[in-house]
Amino acid sequence: MADKYTAENILTDTQKRISNAFDVFDHENNKTVDVREIGTIIRSLGCFPSEAELHDIIAELEEEEPTGFVCYEKFLPAMTKILLERKFRPIKEDLLLQAFEVLDQQKKGHLEPGELSRYLTQEGEPFTQEEMDEMLSAAVDPDKNVIFYKDFVSMMTYDDTR
Amino acid sequence: MGCGTSIAVENQTLLSETAIKAAILIQRWYRRYCARLEMRRRYTWNIFQSIEYAGEQDQLQLSSFFSFMLDNFTQMNGNGPDLISQLLDPVVDPLSEEVRQLKFEQIVVPESYIGPRLSFPLSVTDTNALLSAFKEEQTLHGKYVLQLLYETKKLLKQMPNVIYLSTSYAKEITICGDLHGRLDDLLLIFYKNGLPSPENSYIFNGDFVDRGKKSTEILIILFSFLLLYPDHMHLNRGNHEDHIMNLRYGFTREIMQKYKTHGREILQLLQDVFSLLPLATVIDNKVLIVHGGISDKTDLDFLGTVERHKVKSALRMPKRTIDHLKVQSCSRSSSRHSNRSRPHSPRSLSHGRRKNYSSRSSSSSSSSSSSSSICSPQISARNTPRHRHPASPRLPSPTDMLQVPFLDSFVSLEPPEPPREELEWQQVVDLLWSDPKTQNGCIPNSFRGGGCYFGPDVTQELLQKHGLCLLIRSHECKQEGYELCHDGQVITIFSASNYYEEGSNRGAYVKLGPELVPRFFQYQVSRSTRKLTLHQRVRVAEGSALRALKEKLYAHRSELMAAFQLYDIDNTGRISSNEWAQVVESVLRLDLPWRTLRPRLARLSTDGNVEYESCFDDISLGDPVPPVSPNLAETLYRYRTDLEIIFNIIDKDHSGQISIEEFRQTWKLFSSHLGVAVNDQSVDDMARSIDFNKDGNIDFNEFLEAFRVVHKLDVKEKQQG
Repeated sequence: MADKYTAENILTDTQKRISNAFDVFDHENNKTVDVREIGTIIRSLGCFPSEAELHDIIAELEEEEPTGFVCYEKFLPAMTKILLERKFRPIKEDLLLQAFEVLDQQKKGHLEPGELSRYLTQEGEPFTQEEMDEMLSAAVDPDKNVIFYKDFVSMMTYDDTR
Repeated sequence: MGCGTSIAVENQTLLSETAIKAAILIQRWYRRYCARLEMRRRYTWNIFQSIEYAGEQDQLQLSSFFSFMLDNFTQMNGNGPDLISQLLDPVVDPLSEEVRQLKFEQIVVPESYIGPRLSFPLSVTDTNALLSAFKEEQTLHGKYVLQLLYETKKLLKQMPNVIYLSTSYAKEITICGDLHGRLDDLLLIFYKNGLPSPENSYIFNGDFVDRGKKSTEILIILFSFLLLYPDHMHLNRGNHEDHIMNLRYGFTREIMQKYKTHGREILQLLQDVFSLLPLATVIDNKVLIVHGGISDKTDLDFLGTVERHKVKSALRMPKRTIDHLKVQSCSRSSSRHSNRSRPHSPRSLSHGRRKNYSSRSSSSSSSSSSSSSICSPQISARNTPRHRHPASPRLPSPTDMLQVPFLDSFVSLEPPEPPREELEWQQVVDLLWSDPKTQNGCIPNSFRGGGCYFGPDVTQELLQKHGLCLLIRSHECKQEGYELCHDGQVITIFSASNYYEEGSNRGAYVKLGPELVPRFFQYQVSRSTRKLTLHQRVRVAEGSALRALKEKLYAHRSELMAAFQLYDIDNTGRISSNEWAQVVESVLRLDLPWRTLRPRLARLSTDGNVEYESCFDDISLGDPVPPVSPNLAETLYRYRTDLEIIFNIIDKDHSGQISIEEFRQTWKLFSSHLGVAVNDQSVDDMARSIDFNKDGNIDFNEFLEAFRVVHKLDVKEKQQG
């Protein structure tokens, strides 16, 4: 009980976290998950990879002939490495607010749905229409039909899982 | 001007680079936010399903308790086996059909009754009257319920096990899934899609009752339309059309509350009606519709010959095995465990063994575990709550040896081939309880051989064998109300929206025309007019799931504390996260991501360890606190549902009261069956203290009310809000 933070303990702790997250998506209970869920699992463990980085990870994880599933034996070492090396560190919350402010060229304090959609579906690593629609449904104020991004950022960054 | 323009252009480019960076940042953050939300949504779902599964296990325990009572117990103040067996065993109606019909007709309905008065044969006036009445929250008088059920029984008797329909006759057919007593959903379907009629055919795919509060009304409506349009209204049996399931999941209670005088008779009649419901429907010889699913043993031709009315409940095995198991029970030693292992029921053969299967096996493994021993304790290596586990007993496998009494000793015998009755039972249970899985193979649910998980290969084979192209089933709640799997060959359709919690899922129905291309229609009944965002829905559902989980923790408090303290040698009140997760998983036996859930359930101390007692902080027993020791309170809380069921059965005249003697005897039996160590004296004292007017009777609803729990955080929120 004395020294909880030995290297060994950290490793086991990390592995347990990975195991839990993996299990949530392991529907058949046979230590495999659908490859399309890998992104969700990695992100829910606190990482912020870009889409491109994610594709690389997945490419490595998939077997020689992709079955559409990833097994735990392969996932665990790869994910452990990612967590221990602190790759894909979280982006600071205030940066997120600044990002919205950049898009809000006229400094209105809010964004039009059209404006935001244009940026997010055309620039960077574009959203699919589905992703965009989902974000808008959560972000757009139903009465004013604009996005008060300050509130939206608060909601997105609120971490109630401490 | 050249310079000016180029600066302007440069600024423009700079801005757009920053804008792109900003966009990327937002995209990354948002995707991460969605992943977290998805994680929460998934584990919330897992929590609901594991608790549902644990409930089904409890149900099995209860069923085995009843069987235990039936076998080992002769009299209980005259309320003995005859009363239990009345509910559990098929009963031969002493009265002839005509006499019974006359009896119903003679029931007098008081003038003061303002509800619908049905006249048989039914007409559209009757169904309209029923719909209006139920919208007004009226209750149909018991007389009409009995008559309706009786007519339904007569009609169903004429039907085959498998109904064959044609779209050329019916044009478009609408198929609905589980309703579970949600009248609002049924009314919404009728509103969107029209009432059943010769131009508008419907198939309802089972699970009409239990859980929701309007199971009675749903049944009445469905049966009325069935009688009115027998060629255009079709009902498949679901696993909840089963009187033993109804005991736990609320339908029995609903009937007894709504029908004080005729409740028992209604329930009796329902047993027959449920068992007479057809098992499957086939459209155009191409689309198979069953409630649960299939197994690699499913055979539609054999199915056509099954005597379906004999399978009253999936939770009662056919007679032969029961006798055989009685024999076994004599030689069993009763070893009790202090930790909660599943009971040694005389019913189940291989109760001890939980199979660690590998999903790669493609062969059906109905002879699953190796030699089974009744006395081995139930240690589950890993629960698999995410799959539905039909709580059905197992049939003996060919490898098991029978111990048969012969003179003064026991003789080992090879069990004979399973008799036809068992094969029929298995066919039916497979149809009503199975679930699809993504990988190949056919695995029995890990308990034993009733109902299984069937892979795409099993589907493919069955469809090919009978020249079918599609399987439509229900049985599992889906967030969007429907889901396709097995490469589009299996459709799950689920029609009870908000099944777990307000906002938890949509409901859906599917329409098939002559081209047999499914069209899906979704809906969601909502208390509020404003549509919830995904975020809000997840939050509400999660809150509800966590509350249920906390109650489970509370119900096992002393066991958990004892186990926590094993790790906490220095008595600091803290243990590591891993240790905490390990303890909780082994005591509760719920396979959930405890490490991920920990932040929602227990507090961390400053040194990063878990203050384990904090996971009970939020819950306390309600007001007023019952005058019992915490231990007893916890035990009674844990078994509340079971006790309620038992009390309702004992309470023959629905007075809401049972005698202290009955209470004491029941409790003794129940606790000894479960291996729960409770001091008899304290139970006595408690019973007496609850008998307020000292007349020797307990109002058991009041008694059970005392063991409700309160979530303190909720109370606080309410006080602040």
